[in-house]
Amino acid sequence: MSITNEEMDHLSDLAMLKLSAEDKDLFTKQLNTILEYFDELQEVDTSDIEATSHVLPIRNVFREDKVEESIPLCECLQNAPQIKNGFFVVPKIIDTE
Amino acid sequence: MKYEVVIGLETHAELDTESKLFCGCSTKFGSEPNTQTCPVCLGLPGVLPVMNKKAFGLSLKTAVALHCEINQFTNFDRKSYYYPDLPKNYQTSQNYFNIGNNGYVDMVVDGEERRINIHNVHLEEEAGKLVHPEASDANYSLVDFNRAGVPLLEIVTQPDMRSIEEVENYMQTLRNILLYIGVSDCKMQEGSLRFEASISLREHGSTVLGNRVEIKNLNSMKAVLKVLAYEMTRQSSLLDDGKEILLETRLWDDVDAVSRRMRTKEDAHDYRYFPEPDLVPFWINQEWIDETETAIPELPVCRRQRFVDELSVSDYDAGILTEDKSLADYFEECVAISQESSKELSNWIINDVLRELNEQKLNVQDFVISPKMLTELVEIKPTIGSSIAKEVFAEMVNTGKSAPVIVKEKDLTQMDDTSELNEIVVKVIEDNPKAVEDYGLGKKNALAFLIGQTMKITKGKANPKILTELFKQRLSSISK
Ligand SMILES: [Zn+2]
Repeated sequence: MSITNEEMDHLSDLAMLKLSAEDKDLFTKQLNTILEYFDELQEVDTSDIEATSHVLPIRNVFREDKVEESIPLCECLQNAPQIKNGFFVVPKIIDTE
Repeated sequence: MKYEVVIGLETHAELDTESKLFCGCSTKFGSEPNTQTCPVCLGLPGVLPVMNKKAFGLSLKTAVALHCEINQFTNFDRKSYYYPDLPKNYQTSQNYFNIGNNGYVDMVVDGEERRINIHNVHLEEEAGKLVHPEASDANYSLVDFNRAGVPLLEIVTQPDMRSIEEVENYMQTLRNILLYIGVSDCKMQEGSLRFEASISLREHGSTVLGNRVEIKNLNSMKAVLKVLAYEMTRQSSLLDDGKEILLETRLWDDVDAVSRRMRTKEDAHDYRYFPEPDLVPFWINQEWIDETETAIPELPVCRRQRFVDELSVSDYDAGILTEDKSLADYFEECVAISQESSKELSNWIINDVLRELNEQKLNVQDFVISPKMLTELVEIKPTIGSSIAKEVFAEMVNTGKSAPVIVKEKDLTQMDDTSELNEIVVKVIEDNPKAVEDYGLGKKNALAFLIGQTMKITKGKANPKILTELFKQRLSSISK
């Protein structure tokens, strides 16, 4: 399994990253090296092993439905590039054509 | 219409919890922006979400109530996409092991039972709220993360609905179920209940599905019905012109009453789901499922049928009574304590109690007339007559006094002693020779006039049946 240049375009689009042609070549190569390791893993016979989605053998970790104090507004907004009336300001969202 | 319409619906219901799904921030509606946030729901690095047990339980309850197969092993997945209202750039949702699959909702359409299949029920977190400034030249939007992380239940149907009426019926039935089992307040004006629809058309008799259009942003049942009607017209005229329906997502604009194509890239639906490593998996044992089943009250559709079968209420009336759980409870309490016919009790509730509740904008639990008081009124009615009973009802609403007390205080008991009434009838006939003459000439309203005179004298208390009999007897003997 390996990644093509087109797939790299698709991935960078999904990650919202603008990559230069050199970057794309570099990352494609690097990702393919990583995927080669996975090819090695594929060789292991796992037919008798149950699928797992988590490394910890714990289940059902819950918290009670209790309200705890939130953080102050100034802390909430402290990383925001821009704020207005207690809101985060983001570029205008246009959904429709 | 020339085409058959095929509709599926996704319903998003905010669950009725005090705190958010993965953190202790309050879910209270209407607070100042961004005052109910913390590092977990803001998606800051290094935090650990922990599942709200109540939200999980309510999801299970819904899945059981909708007759789903419960996935005893269930876990959560990350759904990745970029949008400014999604702080983590992924939504923690369920994709591979939904809490429930393959359920159904039974409903009654035109007196016929109809089953809508549920594809799945799953739990996820809400996104924040985007606010768009009113000025059209503003080049920014605002984000409030108070809603981010509120537990949200998604209920997805199969494309089983074949008309707008069915969709309306399904939405109401589902809403009633959610209210009955107490998992969501379903307040549409607060966004607690929202919908997404998918709609396609095909030739009648065809078994292949046409290209479907998905519509997002439906914040009320009315909006759903309007957009579906709009899309049926739009799509059928495209098909009539031999054009193709595009597989696309559209947004409903409630102000202009049109749907518009969404700006989406072809790969926008590449969500790259993978198991959420920050949450451990969940195992729902049989005992938990059994306990949940016992905790579910009788659902509206079953209750409605029982009212028809066992309490001789008409299907229409049973529909009204069971629309609101507390109203149905009220009715059943009345039936339990009264010997009067359940039909009579149901009439009082539907005509009089409901009218009062609507006027006063009250819930039946807060109504001044308790089930016991209503049954007392219905039991005393034969001694005071229908029209006075209505007056007593109004007096009960105003004063909170019981019917027997009001009847006694105002001396309203109906006169049905024949000899007592006979004396008055004789006098009225003597005093109104003109009316008696008219009656002899066959003028029908002469009798009504004479009865009216008697009612005046008795302050409306005379038993109208006995009175009519007495007049007829006496007048016919006079005209002979
Ligand atoms: Zn929080």
